[in-house]
This record gives sequence, structure tokens and C-alpha cells, in this order.
Amino acid sequence: MAKAHVYQDNIDTDRIIPGKYTKTLDLSLLAAHVMEDLDPEFSKRFVSGDIIVAGDNFGCGSSREQAPLALKTAGVSLVIARFFARIFFRNAINIGLPVLEIPNHTIQPGDEIEFDLASGKVVNLTQKIDYQANQLPPVMLTIMQEGGLVPYLKKYKDFILS
Amino acid sequence: MRPQTIAEKILSVHAGCPVYAGELCIVPVDGAMATDTTAPLAIRAFDEMGGEKLANPEKFHLIIDHAAPAPNERIANLHQLMRKFATEQNCSLFDIGSGICHQVMVDHNTVKPGDIFMGADSHTPTYGALNAFACGVGSTDLAAVMLTGKIWLKVPQSIQVILHGQRLQPGVSAKDIALEVVKQLTISGATYQSVEYHGSLLHQLSLSDRMVLCNMVAEMGAKTGIVSPEGLQLPYSYNPVFADKRANYTRVVEINTESLHPKIAIPHSPDDVHDVSSYVGTPITYGFIGTCTNGRLNDLHAAAEILKGKQIAKGVRLVIAPASRKVLLDAIKDGTLQILMEAGASIINSGCGPCVGTHDGVPGDGEIVISAANRNFQGRMGNPRSKIYLASPATVAISVLNGFISIPKEMQHYG
Ligand code: SF4
Repeated sequence: MAKAHVYQDNIDTDRIIPGKYTKTLDLSLLAAHVMEDLDPEFSKRFVSGDIIVAGDNFGCGSSREQAPLALKTAGVSLVIARFFARIFFRNAINIGLPVLEIPNHTIQPGDEIEFDLASGKVVNLTQKIDYQANQLPPVMLTIMQEGGLVPYLKKYKDFILS
Repeated sequence: MRPQTIAEKILSVHAGCPVYAGELCIVPVDGAMATDTTAPLAIRAFDEMGGEKLANPEKFHLIIDHAAPAPNERIANLHQLMRKFATEQNCSLFDIGSGICHQVMVDHNTVKPGDIFMGADSHTPTYGALNAFACGVGSTDLAAVMLTGKIWLKVPQSIQVILHGQRLQPGVSAKDIALEVVKQLTISGATYQSVEYHGSLLHQLSLSDRMVLCNMVAEMGAKTGIVSPEGLQLPYSYNPVFADKRANYTRVVEINTESLHPKIAIPHSPDDVHDVSSYVGTPITYGFIGTCTNGRLNDLHAAAEILKGKQIAKGVRLVIAPASRKVLLDAIKDGTLQILMEAGASIINSGCGPCVGTHDGVPGDGEIVISAANRNFQGRMGNPRSKIYLASPATVAISVLNGFISIPKEMQHYG
């Protein structure tokens, strides 16, 4: 069970982690500033294991992988959006941050959520509603199940489409 | 064979079989690059994947441009890491002052028509100006390209943008067209898709103009942007890739470019686009001309044409970052730089400059910036309490001259 922190449409990567903080390999530094321009209270309210829920086009803008890395390092266990910006979506799965696309979700701030990544089934315990996430292409599903592209390529050495 | 878009054609040639929108494919990559924002993580992921040698060192490029020269020791050490990697792996490294990654790749002819290029920067689609399939990726995807020389992709659907007309109004440039397209398609309207540019105006558009059009497809969430090669003049011979008649498009956007007026994107979203005329008189204190969108020689010419023999308004700053060393040298040679400096501009190193808020001109609290860049998200230039308007270099120049947002109506088209 995880608590939902809900944001609006078109959250860009500059607001997830501002460009001025991206030039580092120290991930804790990223996590310390995650979402700060968008939601200055974020680090106070967020508890590791909580989830982020957004509307359309989450993660638009820059290709910075620091955005999903900052969220993952801060303890975000899942991001749900109606749909994601494409580079963010690939990056999140590549670095092992779980993401699910649910076009019809009705999740409100504070809702308690349960989810199963493999099936894409999400239960809103507060509203007593189930959602089904869009299916990933098989290659992406395998990358997500392996925990990211690094472990995937270590294991398979090459891309396998099916 | 079913008719194909340009993206489908380029991907088919690389995949070795015909592929169509929605299908997955694995393709060899003709070129790849990373910057000082993305390369350190890519190098780390490459190491973690067990990478020892780059699959194709001659096709891989590192560029130090986003925070260059280094503003602090942390970034200086990341630059060192990139230099060391380039030496060990024998790949090219464009060090500080070389310019913005995208301009450097084009200046050095690293991308050719029909190529597939993967760049660890979201504005990589810029090379679609060269009739190539160029796509922005994150660091880990890029590490996989470094290791395998390949990438997996979903063949994108395409949106056709038809630019009707023979010439633009005076004071209107490719940037105004790009802003109009972003307005019509919106910030998410081309997500996962390829934006393909067609139309009679293409014959009038320079390579620089085409780069502006493809650059800003990133602001609509597109996977790539590609200009049909009509009128594309390159210093070498090439095989152009045209779309088939009756290729399948999800949407067609038609723009009568002859009646287009100068455009401006207002804070805080690049798709919140209006006619500049609606914002005339808005006071500004800071103008910025540069970036992969509008830091080229013709952009500096447009500004110089307006600022020649004049002084920018009191209390206003103008920062100019030429897009590459080549642009800077050309602007020195033809006297453009002197005109701009005499008008009061501060010229900074060739690179991203203040575009991404790391260094070289962060705005203060409450400041209003007019910028020739591509993004005006809150905090983009390093201060969430400032506001950024996006416009063409001509609009920026006339605005810093007056101290408020103004229209560059007297100008001739500088394409
Ligand atoms: S100039 Fe700005 S938009 Fe272009 S690559 Fe640099 S930071 Fe990105």
C-alpha cells in the first residue's frame, strides 16, 4: 500500500530536477532537490515508498535521466500518468523506476494505492476502484522486469524484441 | 510495398526490411553523442554494462557545452571524466568553446541525409534539417548504443506539416513558424511521433532555418522531426529521402506562412504562443540570443541589423552566446560581433550559455527575460522566480533596444 502524491498535466523535467543540479554523479544530491520548484514542501510530505501520480505528458522537456533517477533515489516506488513524455518513459524503465500508463485513472491526493507491476493492475483502496495499465512492448517489459537496461544487457548482451 | 513516410523509409533501410508505424525494430546507429549533462551517467552505465570498448569509436562524440567552462569543481571533475574516457576510447571530444552539441555535429558534417542518429539530448531531432532520423535518448539508452552500436525503436507515426507560401513577411523568421507549429500541435501533440515538414516554402529555407523547425519538435514531445529534402543544399552529394505519395499521416497541419506574424511564447510554456503584437510594451530587463535554436550566424545578423549604430535600452542586458566556434569566428570576421558589442551586448563563450540555468547569466528574482531559446519552463534559466518569453532573435533585438517587448517589422527576411 502506498500513498499518492498527485500533480497536474505537462510536468517538465526542469521542474522534476532543475538543470542547475543535474551535473553530478552523486544521486543523493539529485534526490535532495527533486520537485523543489514545483512543490517546495515535497521533501517534507513524501515518505519513501509513496507514489507519484500525474495527468498527461509527465516528464516532458529535457532528456535528462537525472529526472527519473532523482525520483527513484528519493524513494518513489511508482509513477502513474495518463501518458508520459517518451524520453522520460524510456529513461524511467531503463534505470529501473517503475512507471505505468493509466489513461483513465481518477486518483486523488492522499489516495492509498496497491499495484502489481507484472500485470499492470492497480487498486485504488480509498476509492475502491481498479485500473488496468497500458501494456508495455515485450522488450520494455523484460527490461523493467530485469530492473533496468544495465542488468538486461549484462544478462542478454543484446536486444531481443519478442 | 505500402507507401511510406520519411521516418518509415529511413528505418526500413536500416532494419533491412520494410517497417511501418507501430512496429518495433532494432537498427544500427550511424552516429551518437552525449554532452556534459548526459555523458557522465552514460559512461557510468556503459561501465556497469561491462563495456570495455565502444562498438564504433569513430561514430561516437562527446561535447562539453552545457556548463562550459566549468563553473565549479564538481562540474570540472565531470569534464575531466569525459576527457579521460575520450582518450581511452579514442573517440572525438569537442571541448569547451567548440559550441553547442547540435551545432558542432552539423558544422563537422557528422550527420548526413538518411542517417539514424541518437543523441543524449532532447533537441537531437534538430538534425532532421539534414533529412536524417535523429532522436533524443537518455544516458542509459545511449550507453547501450555505445556498447552495441544499435538501438531498439518503435517506428513512429508521422504528422505532416505543410508550409505553404513563397516568402515570409519582413521581420518573420523560421522561429516564428516553429512557434506557430508548437502552438497548433501543443506541448504533447506530437508525443511518440515524427513531425515531417513539407511545402513550397522549403525551397526558400536555409539549413539554419530547417534546424530551427526540427529543433522545436522537442517542444511538442516528438520522437523526431524531418524536413523533406526539397531545396536542401549541402556541400557534398547525397541521396535524398522523400516520403511516398499517399504515405500515412495521423494529422496534417497546413500553414500559410506568407500571412504569419512574429510570434512569442509566454511564461511558463513553449506552447503558450501568441502574436508579439499582443504583448508589445511588456517591460524586459534581460535579452538572450543563442542556443541550438537561434545562435547561428544568420541569427546574429538579424540582431546586428536592428542594433547597428544603436544602444540597447538603459537598465537592460543583452547576452549573446554564438552556437559554435565556427559561428563565433564567422561573426568576428564579418564585423557582426563588433556591431553587437558596440550596441552593448555581452558576448559569452560558444555553448549553451544561460539556456539551462547552470551558469553564464542566471536571471534575478522577478526579472522578465526575452530569449531566442526553445524552452521557458519555470526555473529553466536557473531561477524559478523569473519569467521567460521566447521569440525570434529579431524580436529579442528590437525588444532590448526599446526596453520592452516590440515587433521587428522593418526587417527583411534574413533566411
Ligand atoms: S542550447 Fe539549450 S536547448 Fe540547446 S542543447 Fe544547450 S541547453 Fe539544450
